[in-house]
Amino acid sequence: MTTDLHCDVAVAGGGNAGLCAALTAREAGASVIVFESAPRDFRGGNSRHTRNLRCLGPEYPEEEYFSDLMRVTAGRTDERLARITIQQSQEASGWMRRHGVRFQPSLSGTLHLERTNAFFLGGGKALLNAHYAEAQRRGIRILYDAEVIALDGPGGAVRVRGGEEIRFRAQALVAASGGFEANLEWLKETWGPAAENFLIRGTPYNKGTVLRMLLDAGAEPVGDPTQCHAVAIDGRAPKFDGGIVTRLDCVPLGIVVNREGRRFYDEGEDLWPKRYAIWGRLVAQQPGQIAWSIIDSKARGRFMPSVFPPVQAESVAQLAAKLELPVDAVEETVRAFNRAVVEGRFDPTELDDCRTEGLAPAKSHWAQRIDRPPFFAYPLRPGITFTYLGVRVDERAAVRGMQRIFAAGEIMAGNILGQGYLAGIGMTIGSVFGRIAGKEAARAAGH
Amino acid sequence: MLPGIKGGAKSGTARQAALREGGRVMTICNACRYCEGYCAVFPAMEHRITFQPDDLEYLANLCHNCAECYDACQYAPPHEFAVDVPRAFAEIRRHSYLRLPVGLAAAISVATFLAVAAVEGMIGHSTMVAVFGTAAVFVLAAGMIPLRLRKRAVLDALTLRYMNPEHDKRRGFYHHWAFYGFLLCFAATSVAAFYHYFLHYRAPYPILSAPVILGTMGGAGLLAGTAGMYVLRRDYSDTGFIALLFFTSLTGFLVLALRETPALRWLLAIHLGVALALFATMPYGKFVHGFHRLRALARYHRERALPTSES
Repeated sequence: MTTDLHCDVAVAGGGNAGLCAALTAREAGASVIVFESAPRDFRGGNSRHTRNLRCLGPEYPEEEYFSDLMRVTAGRTDERLARITIQQSQEASGWMRRHGVRFQPSLSGTLHLERTNAFFLGGGKALLNAHYAEAQRRGIRILYDAEVIALDGPGGAVRVRGGEEIRFRAQALVAASGGFEANLEWLKETWGPAAENFLIRGTPYNKGTVLRMLLDAGAEPVGDPTQCHAVAIDGRAPKFDGGIVTRLDCVPLGIVVNREGRRFYDEGEDLWPKRYAIWGRLVAQQPGQIAWSIIDSKARGRFMPSVFPPVQAESVAQLAAKLELPVDAVEETVRAFNRAVVEGRFDPTELDDCRTEGLAPAKSHWAQRIDRPPFFAYPLRPGITFTYLGVRVDERAAVRGMQRIFAAGEIMAGNILGQGYLAGIGMTIGSVFGRIAGKEAARAAGH
Repeated sequence: MLPGIKGGAKSGTARQAALREGGRVMTICNACRYCEGYCAVFPAMEHRITFQPDDLEYLANLCHNCAECYDACQYAPPHEFAVDVPRAFAEIRRHSYLRLPVGLAAAISVATFLAVAAVEGMIGHSTMVAVFGTAAVFVLAAGMIPLRLRKRAVLDALTLRYMNPEHDKRRGFYHHWAFYGFLLCFAATSVAAFYHYFLHYRAPYPILSAPVILGTMGGAGLLAGTAGMYVLRRDYSDTGFIALLFFTSLTGFLVLALRETPALRWLLAIHLGVALALFATMPYGKFVHGFHRLRALARYHRERALPTSES
């Protein structure tokens, strides 16, 4: 404990929410220090991997936004906080623009989001670069490699690179340090040893240290502690930080088998953007937490190119052998599937009439025989995006049960997003509540 | 993890390695596409599923090395995917431009002209025409690429549309000075040639004549532009080419300033020597980037009319 740091507002976490809070507090006149647990190259938590925020617009009215949220969360939302997020979403994106964040027209492959989402030019890391440049211009102090390891009211201690511990004293604290999705030990509390086989799509630095300290200190929890947002990603992705390029969009175009060579769920239940988020859980429930999407050459070119090349073979048996799956079981699964396919008019853009009959589980749409070589397979594993457990906050972003501690971003997103996901809303919650937390923290510090 | 996705594979020639790295990087970029708003490279990439040498050389010449995508990349080193598009493309371009040692060419050329000056006393017009005529034929024969231009491509090139990232407009600024300076010098020479052959009006021309005014403006632009580009130079900048442009202009000013003095003979010899070196190395250095880029931009605007690979 060599140095003591003093500031009006301390911010734990240097992602979008933390930087929105820091900038807002600084503009209100507070002195601000941001503690970012990652090194500079990997700063910004999962904001690095984002690319847009959902905001109101001339063609996206509040009621539609709110009903979208109600639909994905099945009503598990704090309506007051949800309405604040929605109502201030447009203002927040305008504020970001004025602070150097650049936006661009909707990206290809995401045209369905053009009306509802504003895209960052260059994606989340470009957004963070703009935030950090602005923070530097405004005299905000940033400490990298600095993990908050102890809390004592709004102050506490951080451990910096090399293991040195530094105490900090602040008038107010903004907790913007994300969830615990990169903490495998914590994930095991719910998932058991299966969590060892989970891949983490984002930053390895979201350990949930601050979240746990707040809960231990009496903060009121919100969100299901056992739940996480899990999608099926390419099983060859790196353990952490694989991000967007590890996604696989081919599931609805073929069949998915588990380690025993058997199908286990309707691959054509609904359009992929509406279903990809259930496949993480589905794969997590299979033996070894692994599955394989099998397609034939008819499906090639019909989905976004994946970064990993598919495993390829001239026959289903050869493919199964290459994948080290039971060959007979896979062949039988494909035969049974092919027999059950009912001819229809194939249309990947809508719920078409290509389906199976008398097969369990059925494939409800886009069912086409897997019969045209070469055959291809992609391994699937659960990819964890974020966790739902957080701290309950009020409309001032103040953490319930704590004094002068505020929260923004993923650590409190569970207030609004009790379950499910709505593309881009995580960044909206971070921006809106980051600004609220920054303003209120500065006020609590006397500014 | 497949070995192809992480960086570091090294075998084969340097050119093959550069192409392999370009293909690896583009495969990752094509699955991400966050950068498609920055420049023409990424929309062009999206027209493709695989990246053959021809595709990669085309994309490499579309890249103007502004590095906005590098700054924005969540996969940039030290991430294990180690994506660095500007570097990968610069490496490919490096292998698609033949190179001659500029210093050697300059030394030979200057020495030749000094020798001529010593023997003849003054360099005659016919000597100049003979030497530069030979060099011009050589340059053209060495393969100026036939261009199928489009108006949009020419506009993109003339405005350096893809060389002006938000965070740093200096490179584009200096390049404009150098490029338009070069064009003005070219215009000055052309006007002088017209005077000489068609009006039989011989050099030296007065200060307030078109060749001198155009040449002075152009020379000033070249000096300012190349000096700025040298200061800002990035990896793989061709400093030899930049230096030849700078010294051609500098010696040109010296010839102009001292043309009434006995030093003219030697200064002219040096100036012509440097200019000849510039000429002779044109097909083997950075000069050709203009043609490559223009051709890539033209191809880009032709391709834009086609549907993307995504269905």
